[in-house]
Formats: sequence, C-alpha cells, structure tokens
Amino acid sequence: MANARRWLTKTLLGMLLTTLIGGFAGAMLVRFAPGYGVDERELDVRLSTKTITAIRRENAQQHNLALFYMHYLAATMHGDLGYSMALGRPVRELLSERLPETLTTVGVGLGFAWSLGLGLATAVVLSRDSSIDALASILAGILLCLPTAILALWFFLAHASTRLALGVIVFPKIFRYSRNFLLEARSESYVIAARAKGLSEIHIFLGHILPACAARLVSLGAVSVSLALSAAIPVEVICGLPGIGQLAWQAAMARDLCLLVNLTMVITAITVVVNSAPELLKKGACA
Amino acid sequence: MKYARTVAALLLSTLVLACVFRDQLTPVGYDHQDRNIPNAFRSRQHLLGTDALGRDRLARVLEGTRVSLVLAPSAAAISTVLAILIAGTAALAGGWVERLTASGIDLFLSLPWLFLLVTVRALLPLNVSPMTSAVITFSVLGCLGWAGAARLLSAQLSWLRSRDFILLARASGCGGFRLLRRHLLPNLMPLVYAQFWISIPTFILAEANLGILGLGVSEPLPSWGSLLRELDSFSVFGWNLWQLVPLALLIAVVSCFHLLISKGEIAA
Repeated sequence: MANARRWLTKTLLGMLLTTLIGGFAGAMLVRFAPGYGVDERELDVRLSTKTITAIRRENAQQHNLALFYMHYLAATMHGDLGYSMALGRPVRELLSERLPETLTTVGVGLGFAWSLGLGLATAVVLSRDSSIDALASILAGILLCLPTAILALWFFLAHASTRLALGVIVFPKIFRYSRNFLLEARSESYVIAARAKGLSEIHIFLGHILPACAARLVSLGAVSVSLALSAAIPVEVICGLPGIGQLAWQAAMARDLCLLVNLTMVITAITVVVNSAPELLKKGACA
Repeated sequence: MKYARTVAALLLSTLVLACVFRDQLTPVGYDHQDRNIPNAFRSRQHLLGTDALGRDRLARVLEGTRVSLVLAPSAAAISTVLAILIAGTAALAGGWVERLTASGIDLFLSLPWLFLLVTVRALLPLNVSPMTSAVITFSVLGCLGWAGAARLLSAQLSWLRSRDFILLARASGCGGFRLLRRHLLPNLMPLVYAQFWISIPTFILAEANLGILGLGVSEPLPSWGSLLRELDSFSVFGWNLWQLVPLALLIAVVSCFHLLISKGEIAA
C-alpha cells in the first residue's frame, strides 16, 4: 500500500512537472520568436506619448522570461490566468467559454470514431469474411491518406455535422489498431481450444478475445484523445467552431504570450492525465 | 501485395520523372497568370485547366509535387538524424542523461503534434520569400518530428546494449562513438530506414494541413497545401473536377509510400 502511494505521488508530481515545463517551453517559444515585442498599438497616431510609454512598460514586464513565468505561476495560484492582448479578454473567461465546446467536439468525435472503428474491427473478427476486412481496410487506408483539414473542409461544405468530421479523422487509426489487437488475440491457442470445444463466436469474443485485448484497447483510448485534440485544431479553424483549437490557432497567429502559455499548459495537462490514466487504472486494479 | 508495391514504385518513379521534366511537359511557368482565362476547363493549352488567377494547373501541380517530393524526404532526413543523435548520445552516456532524454521525449510527445506544429510555424516569419517559407516549413517539420523515432531508437539501443556481442566489444576495449559507429548503428539501420520512410508521408500530410491553415509555403510557389486550399471554393455544381487532381495525386503518393513502408516495416 505504501509502495502504491509512493508510486502515485511520484506519478502525480511527474505529471505536474511535465505540465509546468510544457508551459515554460511555450513561453520560451513565443519570447524568442522573431518580431516578439513589436506592439502594433505603438503605431497608432491617436495615442499620446504617455500611453505609448505605459504600453512599453507593460510589455517590458514580459521581456524577462523567467520573471514573467514566475509572476504567471504566482497569479495562477490565485486563479488569475492573465489577460489576452490579442482578444482583449481575460484568459480565464476565454478558457471557460471555449473548453466545453472542444470537450463536446472531442467527446462526440471519439464516440463516433470508437463506435465505427471498434464496430468494424469486431465485424471483421466475428464474420471471418475477408471481403469485409478488405473493404474496411481500404476505407481506413484512404482516410489515412487524407489531410485532416481536407476532411474538415468536406464536412463543412457538405453542411454535415462538423463534430463527426473529427470522428472520421480518428476512426482509421482506431480501426487499424483494434483490428490488429483482436485478430492477434483470435489466433491464440486458448481461443482455438475454446472454438474446438464448441463455444459460439459471440461467447469466444466476449469471454476470451475482448478481455485479452482490454488493456491495449484502454491504452489506445488514451492515445485517441491526444489524436482527437490534435485534429480539433483544423476542424475548429475551418468549421468555425469556437473551441480551444481555434483559440490556439488565433493565439499562435497573434503571438499572444499569455494565452499561448495557458493553452500549452491546458493541452499538456489533458494529454498527460489521459496518457497516464491506463497506468493509474492498472495500478489501482492491482492494489 | 508484391504487385501493388511494384505499381506504387512505378507510380512514384513516373511522378518524379514528370517533376524533373516539368518544363518540357508544360509550356508556361507555374506563376504565369493569364487573367483572360481564370478557372478555365481543360483545353489543349492547359491540360488540367487554370486556377482562379488564370495559372496553368498542371504546371502548379507538378511544381507542388516537386516541392513536396524534394523537401519532405529532406525533412525526414533531418528528423531521423536528430533522432539518431539524441538516442545515441543518451544510450552512450547512460545514467541520468538517458533518464533526462527519456523525460524530454515524453514531454515532446505529450503535446499534440498539430498543436506544436501550428504554434511553432506561426511564431516563425511568415512574410518571407516563397522558397524561404518552404524551407522554413519543412525544417520545422524535420526539427519537431524526431521524438517518436528517438523513443523507438532508444528502446532498440538499450536492448542492443545488453546483447552479448556488445558486452564482448566493450570487454575488448571498444567504447564511445566507435562502439556506436561500428556495432550499434549497423544493427540499428533497418529501424532507421523504416523511420525515415514512415516520416515522409507524415510530413507531406502535415505540410498539406499547414498549407490549408495558411501557415505553409507562401504564394506563388505551389505546394500540396496551397493547391488543396483551392478546394474551399469547390462546388459540385460547377463540376470542375480538375480541381480535385492535386487531392487525388496526394492520396496516390501517400498510399504509395504506405505500401512501400509496409515492406520496410516487415524487413525491420
């Protein structure tokens, strides 16, 4: 029990550290990007010298990267995530507004992708029909060759549900991996023995094949969240969905340091937590 | 499968030849505009029609293919060399350097690929010459795409280090970069080749995504990303199906690479 607690503390600390380093790396990227520190407002002839001096003083606070990050972390502890210069709104407000949109998109997309991917993989394993396998593999193969943004564009032009576009993007990877896992388990000797003893295909699938692949499917689930988050950027930008992906694109284009640091940390935190979840579940089950 | 691979290799070779002899195949340059014939259908002068600015689509498709087929393998080479250097240094140093490298790779992989790509590309200059923008885009792909390959190579290197022949080499006084060059790298090469080939279609697709988002190669130099951006004005009612040629070509090229990779993976 003590060992499990020590392991859990170590894992949680690792996750926190990864998130913090991710945020710092994001800040470093923006800070050292060419053209950083040039404020378009300084070119506005309507502003007085006093205002321009105030803008410069405000920007100067962000020039020392370590200082900026320390201030940022201290403010984060008090719930202040800073202010987005590009969008002229507090970052906390932007995140709380847009995070649910992305989570819904990712949730619906993943639900669709898993239903289709695992459903087709199950059909391939249960039917033992090579034509179903060939058709599903060709479909997945073609989708894998298409850029994410093109699929999003097609869904948008066809006025189809753009959330399903994300599912179609993630589906081929889920299908390919789960098909391989299930086919591998189907060729195990204990599955062949169960079939020889007269068990029905459904019983064999539910009782032997699926449990054997459960751990790997859970890991695939974690990876699919990261894939979906990545695909959310072009989907949200092209389809005009006001989510985190679109916000990340806007922040990157406007070089909004504060917003980009927060987004990097949020996205890193989600990915790290999701990727560690299978390991945590496994340890929890063992304990 | 062998037949499909032969067809894939033949198709890729034909495309490479068409790109090399582009000037002979198309009478006009990829940036030559004829404002009198925008969005023209195919004709004897313009075999694939023209785009919205009256530029010959065939010339642009071939030039875009040339850009992608030259720069994507270069980016793949950069990422593979980086992966070898990082994984090799970590494996040679061992101890805390190896642990630190593994954490760095984990951190890199914890960020979604496209998010990282969009962020880094947007932070680099966008208002540069077209060729510079192409080089920047593919260099970013090369410099950010090493992590997955480095993780695999690290795992393979740590497995190799525990093999008897490496222990024997060490016992005979072979160490450092000599050990890496003479004993580890030759055994690592099948995996390195597989990683190199896997990276090419990944980078082609990533460039296409960046191009569609407006962060790829800048005009007038075409790339598959900028050619595909034309599809945002595609209408089934207009029926100018020649607009779909770049997309069909992209699917064909990426499929060919996937087919050839499957052979490479089996060999690795």
